[in-house]
Amino acid sequence: MDELEKMLLLQIADLHKVPDGAYNIRKNGEGDGRRCTEHIQIETKTDGKQGIDVKIAPNTVNESVHIPVVITKSDYKELVYNDFYVGENADVLIIAGCGIHNCGTETAEHSGVHTFHLGKGAKVRYVEKHYGSGDGNGANVMNPQTVIFLGEDARLEMETTQIKGIDSTVRTTEATLEKGASLVIREKLYTHGNQLAKTDFTVHLNGENSGADVVSRSVAAGESRQEFVSRINGNAPCHGHTECDAIIMENAKVTAVPELTAGCVDAELIHEAAIGKIAGEQLTKLMTLGLTEQEAEEQIIKGFLS
Amino acid sequence: MLELRNVTYEADDASKEILRGVSLCIDDRLVAITGPNGSGKSTLAKIIAGILTPSGGQILLDGEDITSLSVTERAKRGVSFAFQQPVRFKGITVKDLISLATGKTATVSEACNYLAEVGLCARDYIDREVDASLSGGELKRIEIATVLARGTKLSVFDEPEAGIDLWSFQSLIGVFEKLRERTKGSIVVISHQERILNIASKIVLIKDGKVEKQGTRDEILPTLLGTKACRALAGE
Repeated sequence: MDELEKMLLLQIADLHKVPDGAYNIRKNGEGDGRRCTEHIQIETKTDGKQGIDVKIAPNTVNESVHIPVVITKSDYKELVYNDFYVGENADVLIIAGCGIHNCGTETAEHSGVHTFHLGKGAKVRYVEKHYGSGDGNGANVMNPQTVIFLGEDARLEMETTQIKGIDSTVRTTEATLEKGASLVIREKLYTHGNQLAKTDFTVHLNGENSGADVVSRSVAAGESRQEFVSRINGNAPCHGHTECDAIIMENAKVTAVPELTAGCVDAELIHEAAIGKIAGEQLTKLMTLGLTEQEAEEQIIKGFLS
Repeated sequence: MLELRNVTYEADDASKEILRGVSLCIDDRLVAITGPNGSGKSTLAKIIAGILTPSGGQILLDGEDITSLSVTERAKRGVSFAFQQPVRFKGITVKDLISLATGKTATVSEACNYLAEVGLCARDYIDREVDASLSGGELKRIEIATVLARGTKLSVFDEPEAGIDLWSFQSLIGVFEKLRERTKGSIVVISHQERILNIASKIVLIKDGKVEKQGTRDEILPTLLGTKACRALAGE
């Protein structure tokens, strides 16, 4: 693996070297290393689609799976399907991420469809980072799609971050929750230049006492545009909360569309959305500590997205 | 030494003159600026920090005219300011804020020392975000800790006692004494509180945007106690 690929891996997966535990590294559409463990099997799909099936045995605890994707080519497009089957009462960490370095003038595009099937009582923390770089004029495009099925009392925490360098992204997440299941989503997004980011969450709370907490924090700078749609359908006695908190700068544009549908009298659904510039008094406070206005702005954004 | 020469300030629409020619020398160790509500005390504090620009007059710090300097430039020259209503930040931790105040990454033990000085158990606070999860009193003490962490030659506290009811007054006074000891500089406290006036070396009474009187504590304090002005101070 060369320095550039190592840099991308570091950005998306905090990896300095080959990770511990199970992993599958995909580089420019080819497998670049895989390790299975006693409890975690990774298999290449055999139905003609690109991608892998990750099978985690019931009761697997304290194990992790890394599945980074690195693209360093221009004029390249791929569509990858990764399916995760997490056995009952397993408790694991899954780290996915895609780094694109596009020096060329053509588009590099990665679209990944990740599907999670969590068995009864299973717990997953899923961390996903997207990063782009490159000095060419080619666009870096990523369209991650996440499909989540949470069985009884299962829990998925999803942290999704896109901080830099992705010119266009449409991020779609759809989750279905059974009885007692819970879903926590934390999205962090920073767009600048002429970037476009669309986020679309849909959560179906179908089981009794299921719950979802979907929170997006974003900063839109330059001429960038963001659209945030968050739909929660409460079809049973359940709790749903969605929040969009955005800082807008320069000529950026942010649209937040929360959509709640209660189909049961005991569905408790809440949405919050706030879009605004950095508060003047926050800048002033940091300036009284000796920071310039620009340094103050950077610190506020860094904290907001941390 | 901070010197204000005939400082005036009008509201944005020029409809009201909030400060009407304030001249002051701050060379004492602890100067308390007091006066009834609406007298212009907080405006004066903000003018010293550079948050508000005076309509007229001059501000000199150690002989240098700083009237046209920005908040940042004044901070770099050694002016610190504790807000009456501290600002909240999503995502910035107490440790981050103290690090920004000291100008370098504060070690956990350094940050803890400043928090301990304002009576907060550091371990419980160091990684907390300076956001709506903190109470007004906690926020106020963290605000004071950021000024302690800077330790500059001039520290201005705008009504530091407001909202710290759970913490003893004596501790707040101890904070000022320690800071004065450490910086060898001047502390300006905007306050209504007799107990704070009682530790001041100099007291300035502002009324209707002007200095009504100023002098040593022994000269001024007896004239305030029991008078109409004092009852106004106490909010009666």
